[in-house]
Amino acid sequence: MYVYDEHDRQMAAERVAQFRDQTRRALAGELSEEEFLPLRLQNGLYVQRHAPMLRICVPYGMLRSDQLRRLARITRDYDKGYAHFTTRQNVQLNWPALEDVPDILADLAEVEMHANQTSGNCIRNTTTDQFSGVQADEITDPRPYCEIIRQWSTFHPEFAFLPRKFKVAVNASEKTDRAAIRIHDIGLQIVRNDAGELGFRVHVGGGLGRTPMVGPVIREFLPELDLLTYLEAVLRVYNRYGRRDNKFKARIKILVKALTPEGFAEKVEAEWAHIKDSPTRLTPEAIERMKGFFTEPPYEALDNATDLLARQRFENRDFDQWLSHNVDVHKKPGYAIVTLTLKKTGTPPGDVTDHQLEQIADLADEYSFGEVRVTHHQNVVLADVRQDRLLELWEAITPMGFGTANLNTLTDIICCPGGDYCALANAKSIPVAEAIQRRFEDLDYLYDLGNIDLNISGCMNACGHHHVGNIGVLGVDKKGEEFYQVSLGGSSHHDADIGKILGPSFAREDMPEVIAKIIDVYVDQRTEEEEFLDTYRRIGIKPFKERVYA
Amino acid sequence: MPDVINADGTIRQDNWAVVPRPEDGESLAIPSDQPALIPADLWLAGYEHFTGNDRIGVWFDSHDEPEIIADKVNELPLIGVNFPRFVDGRGYSIARLLRERFGYRNELRAIGDVLLDQLQFMKRCGFDSYALRADKDINHAATCLNFFSQGYQAATDTDLPLFRRRAG
Ligand code: HEM
Ligand code: SF4
Repeated sequence: MYVYDEHDRQMAAERVAQFRDQTRRALAGELSEEEFLPLRLQNGLYVQRHAPMLRICVPYGMLRSDQLRRLARITRDYDKGYAHFTTRQNVQLNWPALEDVPDILADLAEVEMHANQTSGNCIRNTTTDQFSGVQADEITDPRPYCEIIRQWSTFHPEFAFLPRKFKVAVNASEKTDRAAIRIHDIGLQIVRNDAGELGFRVHVGGGLGRTPMVGPVIREFLPELDLLTYLEAVLRVYNRYGRRDNKFKARIKILVKALTPEGFAEKVEAEWAHIKDSPTRLTPEAIERMKGFFTEPPYEALDNATDLLARQRFENRDFDQWLSHNVDVHKKPGYAIVTLTLKKTGTPPGDVTDHQLEQIADLADEYSFGEVRVTHHQNVVLADVRQDRLLELWEAITPMGFGTANLNTLTDIICCPGGDYCALANAKSIPVAEAIQRRFEDLDYLYDLGNIDLNISGCMNACGHHHVGNIGVLGVDKKGEEFYQVSLGGSSHHDADIGKILGPSFAREDMPEVIAKIIDVYVDQRTEEEEFLDTYRRIGIKPFKERVYA
Repeated sequence: MPDVINADGTIRQDNWAVVPRPEDGESLAIPSDQPALIPADLWLAGYEHFTGNDRIGVWFDSHDEPEIIADKVNELPLIGVNFPRFVDGRGYSIARLLRERFGYRNELRAIGDVLLDQLQFMKRCGFDSYALRADKDINHAATCLNFFSQGYQAATDTDLPLFRRRAG
């Protein structure tokens, strides 16, 4: 994992001092609310329904155990003892006081953490696959590139006041896309060209919100050394020509659409031609140096524990199910990737208490070289667990509430905070998630349904990624009452797609039944090897409509 | 006379006027007793008349294209870039283009909604004077220009991004 040097430490400290000065001036009335707004947003501070909300950056989802313990302490000292893992691999606090925020940022800086650029119209946290570095099929570990992008984008003097927020995601696997790169402003797919050289396929102009779009390819192959100059060219074109007259048309996706992807690409290439060989061009040494931070932990030479696991599975059916769903194949023999699910029915998806944060830290130290990863599905990953300790780990986490064996199933719901916390909400989202989880408590039935992404947002802003859920639920307001619109067929993976709206919206109490009917259609119509999305793509939306509105 | 902030945070007085774009049918109201910045396209339109006059400079609005005077920038003693609202970040790109692409060497001034907390970004993008909005505390400028002792990126102020300095 990346470790700060004196330069990073100095800038982190200077940032805290700067925000302390800004907060003082804001409280003294020297900065108007409007002037303070982008400054506090770029330090992660929103003002929300109950109190300010602080979004803490977890660069590409990586956390060390000491950082988790610090987060636990911060939630205890400054908040109400719980935190929320977000769909952008960050951590959010719901109740800090404005005047405490500089102190919180100082406490974070001590453990090499910050809240830089987690909100506001700037380049946000770069996200990636939570299985980076431990999965067998990736082309190369994407995290060194994520850290290179993080450093380049941090306090970038030209791009702190963009038309709108800007998000970059990187993916390195050829078969899967857990980073949802095609719904980001820039999605970078690591590839090798025919000559075997490493580079990126560049997607620009994806995004959710009001006008959901899947990002088109604007460059098939960008050599790795050109990464930053090319990003700089894209950002400069966007900064100059992105719309600023209408907040809802200000994302880069609108510019790409207006110019067409080809027209946009031409403008970027023209800009890039000027700066391609500027000092911003990466050097092989810089990339090598960064890779040095993401080396393998001291794995032991092990064999796969196939026989042992087979015996344990046979003896314990619950363990067997957990292993099938929440444990993934590791590139090293004898190791496994474990996802701790934060989706226990009755707990808002992604919420953890201070105590649980400490438990996760202890688990990381005991089982996984002291590190965890946050996923955009709002779960937490222990990436390097010995197979012969899986049973022991499972026994430890079950009473902690991290063992719900529903990863990637219908009840592994992505859900925004919604009307319970968020001032922009049209409707509550957490109670809908809970009602659906209760309706589908039978695990055998859930497993039989296979992988289904169910995503819920409380309004158009789409924090819960409803457009790209196989089943999407969106809270809408009808004459002051909360209703829910359902869409089908979305995907955030390699085959990214925006869901289609099923029809008129539903009352909250009807939602579990509506989902059940949709699932019934799938169960009736599927062929043996089909997942939900396959069936939907084959039969279309009509049979679902007919059943739900019958 | 209004105060202007220098890149090192010191304050000096100067009397450059910013001449607004004339309304349709009106002509450019250039003051006779002060040096003045005029809209860049109008300077270009009256090029024969204006060039060589060291009391006439140009200003760009945030949606203007500095490319129009790319080959003539060093004929100007002063260029202003307007920030109509401080959250409009186009001026930063304009400044870098003027400096890094067109090689502008003379004074580059941020005008308009210029506040304290953006000064260091402006400096890094090549501005070397700042006409702070009048209601802001000009004595705090030196602090705000120097919140950070270094940056991660190459920009107008340095050819050495941190990744190159680390290698050295
Ligand atoms: C509680 C208060 C929150 C507020 C007020 C809020 C506000 C917003 C707004 C206004 C947008 C739309 C921006 C746009 O695209 O135009 C947005 C997008 C987004 N939010 Fe939130 N949010 C909140 C919490 C969260 C949380 C907790 C998460 C994570 C679970 C989250 C994840 C996202 C994501 C991923 C997007 C991006 C969708 C896209 O790509 O366009 N937000 N949020
Ligand atoms: S989707 Fe809407 S309701 Fe949900 S957190 Fe975002 S802004 Fe709030």
